[in-house]
Amino acid sequence: MSRIPLDPRTAPPFQAAAKALLGDAQLRKNVRHATDVIQNKRRKLVEEKQDWQLLRESARQIRAHALQHLDVYLDEFERNFTRAGGTVHWARDAAEAQRIVVGLVKESGSSEVIKIKSMTTEEVQLNNALEAAGIHAYETDLAELIIQLGEDQPSHIVVPALHKNRAQIREIFRRTMNLPDLGDKPADLADAARRFLREKFLRVKTAVSGANFLIAETGGICIVESEGNGRMCLTLPDTLISVVGIEKVIPRWQDLEPLIQLLPRSATGERMNPYNSLWSGVHPGDGPRAMHVVLLDNGRTNVLADSEGRETLQCIRCAACQNACPVYRQTGGHAYGSVYAGPIGAILTPQLMHMEHSQTLPYASSLCGACYEVCPVKINIPEVLIHLRNKVVEQNGWYTPESLAMKAVAAAFRSERRFRAAQRLGRIAESPLVKSEKQKFSIVGQKQTGNTGWIGWLPGLLGGWTDTRDLQAMPEETFRDWWEKRGKA
Amino acid sequence: MTTTREEILKRIRSAKGASSPEQAASAYAGIERGYQSSASLARKEILHLFEDRLHDYDANVYHAGASGVGEVVAGILSGRGVHRVLVPDGLPSEWQQGAEFVVDRGFSSAELDGFASVMTTATLGIAETGTIVLQTAPGQGRRAVTLVPDYHLCILPAGRVVETVVEAMRLLESTKNIPTTFFSGPSATADIEMTRIKGVHGPRFVDIVLVGEE
Ligand code: SF4
Repeated sequence: MSRIPLDPRTAPPFQAAAKALLGDAQLRKNVRHATDVIQNKRRKLVEEKQDWQLLRESARQIRAHALQHLDVYLDEFERNFTRAGGTVHWARDAAEAQRIVVGLVKESGSSEVIKIKSMTTEEVQLNNALEAAGIHAYETDLAELIIQLGEDQPSHIVVPALHKNRAQIREIFRRTMNLPDLGDKPADLADAARRFLREKFLRVKTAVSGANFLIAETGGICIVESEGNGRMCLTLPDTLISVVGIEKVIPRWQDLEPLIQLLPRSATGERMNPYNSLWSGVHPGDGPRAMHVVLLDNGRTNVLADSEGRETLQCIRCAACQNACPVYRQTGGHAYGSVYAGPIGAILTPQLMHMEHSQTLPYASSLCGACYEVCPVKINIPEVLIHLRNKVVEQNGWYTPESLAMKAVAAAFRSERRFRAAQRLGRIAESPLVKSEKQKFSIVGQKQTGNTGWIGWLPGLLGGWTDTRDLQAMPEETFRDWWEKRGKA
Repeated sequence: MTTTREEILKRIRSAKGASSPEQAASAYAGIERGYQSSASLARKEILHLFEDRLHDYDANVYHAGASGVGEVVAGILSGRGVHRVLVPDGLPSEWQQGAEFVVDRGFSSAELDGFASVMTTATLGIAETGTIVLQTAPGQGRRAVTLVPDYHLCILPAGRVVETVVEAMRLLESTKNIPTTFFSGPSATADIEMTRIKGVHGPRFVDIVLVGEE
C-alpha cells in the first residue's frame, strides 16, 4: 500500500501543478468549504481572547529565544529525557531518520506499527521506508487513514484530507474495509474507522509519532490531538518512537502557557484541543516501557543559519496561514509538491531543500499579508517570501521571468523616456479593469474628473490581493506631467 | 569520528553562534509575559462558565454535596443502565454506589476493552476552556483506564476549578513530570467536511459531577 509521496525534489513547478489543479472543481469546492469553516470558528474564538496580541508576542519571543539557544535546550532536553528512562537519537537527514526508526521497530520485535499523524514522518517519507523493510504502518488519525487507504497525499497540515468530501471518503472505506453497505453520514464513517482501528490499538505493540513540543526543563513531550488516537498510540503499546524536528524544543513548562492557548484557537477554532498529552520519559505501570525520540535536522540547521529566514522555524504548525491564504484556497495542497503546503510550506520547503528545489514556491503567494496577520507566533511570512525570492534570483541569474521583470523596472527607472513610456503602457494595460468613480458612487453622481478609479479585481492568482483591498488605478495625468504643465501656465 | 549528535550541534552553533546555559538563562528572564494570568471572575461565575463550556463540548454536568456524591453517582449510572464500572486505586469508596466497581489491577489492553465504563476523579478543571486535567495519581489511575472505556464519569471537587489556562499550568508546575492528560469534552473529529463528530477513539460519553462544599 505504498504510495508516491510528495517530494520537492521531483515535484513539478508550483505554477504548472497549480494550473492542473485549478481544473478540479470538486477539490476546490471541498478546500474552500473546509477552510471557510475553520476560519469562521477561528475568528470568533480569537476575538473572545482579550489578551490575544499579548499571547502572540510572548509566544514569538519564546520561540525566537529557543532557536537562539537551540544547542543549550536540545542538550538539556536530551539529559532530562534520558534521565527519565528514554533514549534520544539524532538524525542528520531523512535517510538517517528512516534507518534509525526501522532499526528501532525491528528491535521492538514488531512487524507492524500504529502511527499518530505527524508531518515530520511524512517529511522523511517514513511509511515507504518501513514498508520496504517489511514493516506495515497503520495511520490512526482519521484523515491520515483516509489518505493512506485512498493512496492519496496530504493537502493540509492540520486536516490532511480536507480535499475529500464524504462521498469520496465513503468510496475509499467501502473498497478498502470491505463494507459494501457503509452509509455516508460523517458519523457512519467515523464509526467504521473506530472499529477498523480499535483492533490495531489493542494488538500492535509499537507506535510512531511526532510531537508538538519538547520541554527541555523536564525532558517532556507534548502532543495535542482530538480523536484520542494519539492517546491510544502513546499509551497502549510497549514501545513509542517519536520523530521530532530539532526546532520543536521549548525551554520550560511555563512556556506552554501561551502556546497551548494559541495553538488550538489558531488551528481548528477550538478553545482547547480535545486532548493534550504531556509526559516525560518512562513511567512504570503507565504507558510504554521503551521510549525513543529521534531529533531530526534534515535541513533545519540550514534555515537556522540564515538570519532572515530563521523565524520560519518558530512555526507551531497550526495551519492558520494556510486557511487564510487566497492562493492555497484556490489550489489546495498538492500543488506545493511538499507535505508542507500553503504560506508556511512556501517558505519552509525551499529552505529545507537548501534552496535547490521548490524554487517556484516563494512565488506561490500574492503577498497580501493575510498569513502574517493570523500567525500565532508572528512569523513575517511575506518578508521571508521576498527574502527567498531574492535568493532565487541571485542563484538563477538574469534570465528568469522575475529577474527580467526586475531588470526592466530598473531600466525604466534609469531613463526618463522609458519611464514615461512604461507609465503610458501601464495605463493602457489596466484600463479594462478600472472601475470609474462614477460606477463606485453612482448615487452621488458627482462629476467625473478623469480616470481616478479603482481596480477592484485582478485576474488569475493575483485576485487574492484584490479580494481584500482595492488597488488604485494609475492616474491619467502623472505628477510629472502636471508639474510640467504648471510650469508653463 | 564525530557522531551525528556532535555534528548537528556543531551545525547549530556555527549557524547562530554558540550559547551557554548562563547566557540562555539570562536572556530567558527577559521574555515578556503580559497575557492574562489570574482569574477575573467571581467564584460563582467561574463555576458557571465551566459548566457552560463543558456543555459546549457535549459533556453533562451534575452537582452533589460533599456527602451526597454516592447517591448522585448511583442515579447517573442507573439512568445510563451501567452495571459494572472500572475504577482506579484510591478513589473514595463512599462515591462507589449503584453498580459493581472493579479496581484496576494493571489489566491488559484487551481486558480494559472489556469495560464499557470508568469512574475517576481529576486534578483540575479549567473554566475558560471547559478542560479537565487528569494525572497518574490515586483516584485517577494510569492513562489507559480513562482512555479505553467508552463512558467516563468524572467526579471533580468544585474547589479544584480555576478560571484560566495559565492558573492551571502554574498549579501543575510542581507535578510537571507526571503523565498529564487534558481533555475537553469527549473525543471528537472534524476531519469529514468539518462536521464535528463525537468520539472516534477515546470515550464517547462524558459526565461530570461537580462536588460543592457543604
Ligand atoms: S507559519 Fe504561523 S500560521 Fe502558519 S502554520 Fe506556522 S505558526 Fe501557524
